[in-house]
Amino acid sequence: MNEELLDMITNKINQLTDEETVTEAKMNFHKPMIILPADKWTLTAAKMLRDDEDLRFDFLTCITGVDYEEHMEVVYNFYSTVHDHYLYVKVTTPREEPSVQSLDPLFKSADYMEREIYDLLGIDFPGHWNLRRIMLDDDWEGHPLRKDYITDKKAMGLD
Amino acid sequence: MSDLKTETMTLNMGPQHPSTHGVFRLQLEVDGETIVRATPVMGYLHRGSEKLAEGFLYSQFIPYTDRLDYMNAMTNNYVYCAAIEELFDWEIPERAEYLRVITMELNRVASHLVWWGTYLLDIGAMSPFLYAFRDRETILDRLNEISGARMTFNYHRIGGVKWDAPEGWIEQVLETVKELRENIQEFHTLVTGNEIFQSRTIGVGKLTKEQVINWGLSGPIARASGVDIDVRKTEPYSVYDQFDFNVPTREEGDVYARYLVRIDEMFESLKIVEQACNNIPDGEIIHKKGKKLMMLKPPEGEVYTRAEASKGEIGVYAVSNGKNKPHRIKLRRPSFVNVAILQDLLEGDSIQNLVSIFGSLDVVLGEVDG
Repeated sequence: MNEELLDMITNKINQLTDEETVTEAKMNFHKPMIILPADKWTLTAAKMLRDDEDLRFDFLTCITGVDYEEHMEVVYNFYSTVHDHYLYVKVTTPREEPSVQSLDPLFKSADYMEREIYDLLGIDFPGHWNLRRIMLDDDWEGHPLRKDYITDKKAMGLD
Repeated sequence: MSDLKTETMTLNMGPQHPSTHGVFRLQLEVDGETIVRATPVMGYLHRGSEKLAEGFLYSQFIPYTDRLDYMNAMTNNYVYCAAIEELFDWEIPERAEYLRVITMELNRVASHLVWWGTYLLDIGAMSPFLYAFRDRETILDRLNEISGARMTFNYHRIGGVKWDAPEGWIEQVLETVKELRENIQEFHTLVTGNEIFQSRTIGVGKLTKEQVINWGLSGPIARASGVDIDVRKTEPYSVYDQFDFNVPTREEGDVYARYLVRIDEMFESLKIVEQACNNIPDGEIIHKKGKKLMMLKPPEGEVYTRAEASKGEIGVYAVSNGKNKPHRIKLRRPSFVNVAILQDLLEGDSIQNLVSIFGSLDVVLGEVDG
């Protein structure tokens, strides 16, 4: 049943632009997962996922940023309170000037979670109403969860 | 008079305000007594748990999860271990799962008791606090007996649990459940019917279904607004599918509804503990590969695992690159997501309702700041 859902999601997203937007679609631990590049991840696509009668992914549960050293990824975990099904959306972005469309205009739950990713990984979210640091000080330098971040041991009292 | 233009004033509530029970600042823009804008400011307790996880072996991170929501550490332990187990694709011994459920549900009751006591303290009632902490202490005694700690349990392991229940512990838990059931019933006569309490909670801080879904709220807050989501039911983990229990929901969405949902939830949790204690099977308490703590190397992959904590949905997004340390551990902390609603919820309300509304969200700052 979940495989059918995966096909349906992939088709619907590809239909939006009449091209192969989804670079990879697979099952990840029994849940559908689609992977697409950041320039193809638009508010239109997210709105379709939320409002389409068969999909209705109305609950944005979790947003994760991951640094893979060659590139970066933002993973969205959706849940549908209407149909009770799940979806992973993986958005890939280059490591130099990483940028992913913000979902804040559609899902308010993205507000804080995207700010946290911006703070700790330095990924930009154009369209966010208030993209500022949330955990660290405003004048903090660097983004700690990046793999090349050098921990200032002296400042932490470890040296 | 109404044409009279007055300037708004900025007022900082916190970072050391007693009702936050931690370090949290609310930047308020007020027009007289009306809140025009509320901006939460956080990070005072940020310890970088996710960064720390990347430097540890898989098993070494478990005690750090205790320090997120320190009122409900068992579920934090569980969800982290469950994520790694899912990467391994392990079958967990049934006795271990039962012990996990018993400890998690007892912990949920303890967490709700703390909320109940401190919330009433916040809105001006002193004695309920003493009743709540008396009952919570009996639960902490039981958890102490099985894990060796009162609050930072470090009890669950990747693959099972650390210790088996001591001799006679299961019977003692059943006694505790009976005692708690009577005592919590008393709460209704103490507080629920009180007129002052009701006037401070009924109709205050209303949240609609749409708001809950759009802001991604979970836990008792969501269920008090008629959004029936509980991970234990929507995606049963551990052995929750073997127990008979209800998920209390209400439609009103105000502070009073959140209060009642939490009270009802305590009774449901006690029901689960009772069933688990009566049916607990014998056998192993940890997967045989889980015993080799230093050797854990999950296969490459990534997974998002969820559980229902006392504050809402707690999740772990684990990315493994096949080495002995995690590539990335993301913690979806329910309090952090839930607290964002203050921006929307407080707008236009008055300062006198602020503490009542903020307290009703039941956020723990260790979890907000991660």
